[in-house]
Amino acid sequence: MTNATLELQNINKSFEVGTVNENHVLKGIDFTVNKGDFITVIGGNGAGKSTLLNTISGSYPVDSGQILLDGQDITKEDTYKRARFISRVFQDARMGTASRLTIEENLALALKRGKKRGLGYGIKRNQRDLFQTELQQLDLNLENRLKMDVGLLSGGQRQALTLLMATIVTPKLLLLDEHTAALDPKTSEMVLNLTNKLVNEKDITTLMITHSMDQALDFGNRLIMMDNGRIVVDVSGEEKDRLTVPDLLALFKEKSGKAATEDAMLLG
Amino acid sequence: MDLLLSSISQGLLWSILAIGIYVTFRILNVSDLTVEGSFPLGAAISASLIIKGVAPWLSIIIAIIGGMGAGFISGYLTTKWKIPPLLSGIITMTGLYSINLRVMGQANITLLGQQTVFRTIEGFGLSKTMAVLLVGALTVSAVILFLHLFFNTEIGLAIRATGDNNEMSQANGIRTNLTRLMGYMLSNGLNAMAGALLAQNNGYSDISMGIGTIVIGLASIIIGEVLVRNLTIAKRLLTIVAGSVIYRLLILLVLELRVDPQDLKLFSAILLTLALRLPIIQEKFASRFGRKGLPKAKEME
Ligand SMILES: Nc1ncnc2c1ncn2[C@@H]1O[C@H](COP(=O)(O)OP(=O)(O)O)[C@@H](O)[C@H]1O
Ligand SMILES: [Mg+2]
Repeated sequence: MTNATLELQNINKSFEVGTVNENHVLKGIDFTVNKGDFITVIGGNGAGKSTLLNTISGSYPVDSGQILLDGQDITKEDTYKRARFISRVFQDARMGTASRLTIEENLALALKRGKKRGLGYGIKRNQRDLFQTELQQLDLNLENRLKMDVGLLSGGQRQALTLLMATIVTPKLLLLDEHTAALDPKTSEMVLNLTNKLVNEKDITTLMITHSMDQALDFGNRLIMMDNGRIVVDVSGEEKDRLTVPDLLALFKEKSGKAATEDAMLLG
Repeated sequence: MDLLLSSISQGLLWSILAIGIYVTFRILNVSDLTVEGSFPLGAAISASLIIKGVAPWLSIIIAIIGGMGAGFISGYLTTKWKIPPLLSGIITMTGLYSINLRVMGQANITLLGQQTVFRTIEGFGLSKTMAVLLVGALTVSAVILFLHLFFNTEIGLAIRATGDNNEMSQANGIRTNLTRLMGYMLSNGLNAMAGALLAQNNGYSDISMGIGTIVIGLASIIIGEVLVRNLTIAKRLLTIVAGSVIYRLLILLVLELRVDPQDLKLFSAILLTLALRLPIIQEKFASRFGRKGLPKAKEME
């Protein structure tokens, strides 16, 4: 086996097939994610970034092509099955947690990701210690509020919790879809740093969509740019390190033929 | 006094129905109308078994299983066959009308002179009202204790998460079709249990006794929620019991005011409307006067 964690082979995805609105969103994506990659994903609004992540997670079935995770074909697997290995954080902070459940209940659910659930008590006493240590690293004082409903938390707190839930059982692949876009700059930075810390500590293979070119350059070891359903730029290592925002804008213009304003990308 | 106690005991029995509806309406977050068929199904099964000589308590257990079967059908129709919840409930409820007739073999069965769980208790020297109070209190306590424990198990947590956030649940590896199916079965098992108990208490099972049960159940839930907000499950279920009793007392009051019993359903409908409207008005007032609204409005930062 290679050291590929994820392989996408000729993935096609269209919406509203057979109507006048038929929309071919992913156009034959071939893409390999290596073990340990931390890939940032950028591209204009509607380029297909979220759709790409949704096909990987299983939320959207693909029209054709294959998805391999550690060499296993998961193309036809349901979302809940893929969740054994793939975890994700959405843009909307409300999406990643259950509001009417408490912090500890949410964490307990995440701790059971990919495992069989039975009639045992949902939260075991020794798990509370684990939750508290894990929550401490967020530095949000949530470790003393285990029994608080998640619905009472702020967007930033919820997003940090979601991130913790996504990594409490180390996934093979972590998918982040603009998970800081809805937060204010300070909170966004906090959540980003936490992301970086968790991903590096646990060496999690990660795909992170971002609308900020600075973030795309600052984080990760590899960067891809999507345009019109294709991956048009794929740089890694030193080549990525040398890139600047003006370089990215130039690349965007070259590949898409669209006006290379930062706005065009920011909308992403 | 006796009327009051009798209303309270009726409220206890009806609260099992309200709790059953709570499982789908609030925990799963779907409006399931199956209850209008599963409640009379429970009554039909229990009554027809009792006149065949089956022990009353056993007839209740079989009724619960029957109700779970009804819940399974509605649940399957929505989760696997993707029929909208409202419609799958209506489908099952309509189909059950015929099935309930078959179960009973006629449009109603009287239990006059038959053994019931209440008569068994009366046998210990209690009055009818006290027997109903006792049986009601015991079964409701058992149901609440069971649900409290169940909804704190791993599966129970998964069911609650499913109703709260489907995406998140799937992302955490929960098979949401299965958890939803279990919720439907649990809910309608309870509804049938309520039907069986009320048939035994009222002394008859009637094909039309399901009509309006969704309104009665919802009204009890909402009254309970208006009483106290934001509670853990066990406490919430207790307020629903209170809501159920209050509902019965309101019915008693209305009847005492010499309202024609024919108009009771209209009264129930209006009551539910008001109960649904009240929280919205409260919130409007709260925001107008600058007080903090409900916690759900706290999505900031
Ligand atoms: N569930 C859906 N149904 C129909 N069209 C969709 C759906 N999801 C995405 N699309 C369409 O696919 C295109 C790409 O969307 P998306 O992947 O969200 O882009 P991005 O995340 O890059 O901004 C858009 O034209 C969008 O309208
Ligand atoms: Mg997107």
